[in-house]
Amino acid sequence: MRRLVLSAWAGAACLVAGALLAQEAPRLTGPEPFTKETPAPPMQRQVTDDVRRKRNYPDQPPLIPHAIEGYALDLNANKCLACHARKFTEQSQAPMISVTHYQDREGNTLGGVSPRRYSCLACHVPQTGAKPLVPNTFVDMDALVEREPRGR
Amino acid sequence: MAAIAKAWSWFRVNPWVLTATRPPVTLSLAFLTLGGFVAGVLFWGGFNTVLEHTNTEAFCTSCHEMKSNVFEELKGTIHYANRSGVRATCPDCHVPHRWTDKIARKMQASKEVWGHIFGSIDTRDKFLDLRRHLAEHEWARMKANDSLECRNCHSAQSMDVSKQNPRAAAAHEKDLFSGGKTCIDCHKGIAHKLPNMQGVPGWQ
Ligand code: HEC
Ligand code: HEC
Ligand code: HEC
Ligand code: HEC
Ligand code: HEC
Ligand code: HEC
Repeated sequence: MRRLVLSAWAGAACLVAGALLAQEAPRLTGPEPFTKETPAPPMQRQVTDDVRRKRNYPDQPPLIPHAIEGYALDLNANKCLACHARKFTEQSQAPMISVTHYQDREGNTLGGVSPRRYSCLACHVPQTGAKPLVPNTFVDMDALVEREPRGR
Repeated sequence: MAAIAKAWSWFRVNPWVLTATRPPVTLSLAFLTLGGFVAGVLFWGGFNTVLEHTNTEAFCTSCHEMKSNVFEELKGTIHYANRSGVRATCPDCHVPHRWTDKIARKMQASKEVWGHIFGSIDTRDKFLDLRRHLAEHEWARMKANDSLECRNCHSAQSMDVSKQNPRAAAAHEKDLFSGGKTCIDCHKGIAHKLPNMQGVPGWQ
């Protein structure tokens, strides 16, 4: 009998805790019930101010700080390369795609853009003004490492 | 030689020709001048009406070659829908507004009727195969007329670079205002999907 009451209490406590925790997490599923149709939220505006953003770690693919609407990116044409490829950077004043974009996965440097880097938008994305749904606890590495004192 | 002379004399004595070439005896000079004027207006008007009709998007897309390829692609672009609600239609970009250019383009367009009848691009595959060729015609034409059609709507004089994105402003100041390049040099593929761009200057 005693064991039964105890486990009932434990179960109830779990449920309450679950309910409390659940309230903290934002609702990521659609409307309730899910069959109901609701108007789509408005599209977020992209940030296209041409100001290059800081990377959170050195090998992060940098965010695209400019408009890319309507840019051709398929087998026939790659508009990104028309500015970012090595031979066009003087004319466009765009940063050159780094050497990693010319390397295959074995690290051999190729004569042209590596096929695995052709589809720029697989890694580089524009940023929008959308507020994050869940708080981000990312900490920049610079805040973690204590630099060795240098010089006098 | 004799045959030509014979044909000519037959022509000369033909009663219709005789009537047409005889000086008028019953019509006043005023009537003739006015009549000629009215006929001219009618002819000119009719000519322009035909020209106006063939200058609409509805006309262009009446051919499936134009409708199911290029028109479908135009729909996703800024020239079809944008925040200001101003639209560019096919003739805005492909038929120059200046009159002589217009006629020149229309003469060229008779080739399209030919192509339509003989089905030069009557399937998607055929269209894609020919696309680079067709696009090159358009680029060459726009390059030659200094992107006249674009400038009918976008005038470089009225461009306020301080309102443009820095990237756009820098490019326009460096190469557009100096006359070094024209719109189509930098803005290919703004209205339709591009063909294979290998070998086109500025692309790789
Ligand atoms: C008209 C030339 C042009 C085209 C086309 C273009 N870019 Fe850029 N891009 C630039 C310039 C110039 C910058 C420097 C920042 C600025 O002015 O916006 C830049 C910056 C960037 C950056 C940021 C680099 C950094 O270190 O922060 C990324 C990433 C980028 N572009 C990716 C792309 C991708 C992906 C495409 C194709 C969808 C593309 N760009 C097309 C000119 C261009
Ligand atoms: C597989 C993912 C991936 C793809 C695809 C890719 N990039 Fe990157 N890109 C990166 C990463 C990671 C970095 C940062 C580290 C580095 O330089 O390798 C980077 C860096 C860059 C930079 C900044 C270079 C610098 O030296 O500041 C530019 C500009 C850029 N990429 C443009 C492009 C363009 C244009 C394309 C398409 C042709 C492209 N990238 C395709 C991952 C990618
Ligand atoms: C009779 C059907 C038809 C109509 C109507 C039509 N087109 Fe076409 N168009 C074609 C065909 C077929 C071709 C391919 C011609 C070829 O094989 O060279 C073509 C080619 C083109 C090209 C490429 C030109 C070139 O020099 O290669 C353009 C631009 C074009 N059409 C625009 C228009 C516009 C703008 C209109 C409306 C004013 C229009 N078309 C109306 C059938 C049509
Ligand atoms: C009928 C008038 C008209 C013609 C002709 C025209 N445009 Fe446009 N264009 C517009 C309008 C309207 C907009 C959208 C303005 C807005 O709301 O931002 C626009 C936008 C643009 C943009 C901006 C794209 C963006 O993403 O912001 C470019 C680039 C452009 N046009 C280039 C061209 C070129 C190149 C040509 C010639 C091949 C051309 N236009 C012909 C009316 C025209
Ligand atoms: C030297 C190359 C070059 C020439 C020539 C050029 N443009 Fe541009 N234009 C650009 C670049 C680069 C951008 C910014 C990137 C983009 O939108 O693709 C741009 C952007 C634009 C925009 C959008 C402006 C904004 O703030 O986003 C319009 C509209 C435009 N161009 C119209 C034209 C017209 C019309 C002509 C001809 C009278 C022309 N351009 C000639 C390179 C050029
Ligand atoms: C904003 C200007 C603009 C508008 C509007 C426009 N075009 Fe084009 N069109 C172009 C340009 C520029 C090219 C040259 C190829 C390129 O850069 O994409 C072209 C190319 C073409 C071609 C050659 C094949 C190709 O895809 O390159 C055809 C056919 C054509 N246009 C038909 C049409 C028809 C039909 C319409 C109306 C439904 C239309 N265009 C509307 C600018 C425009």
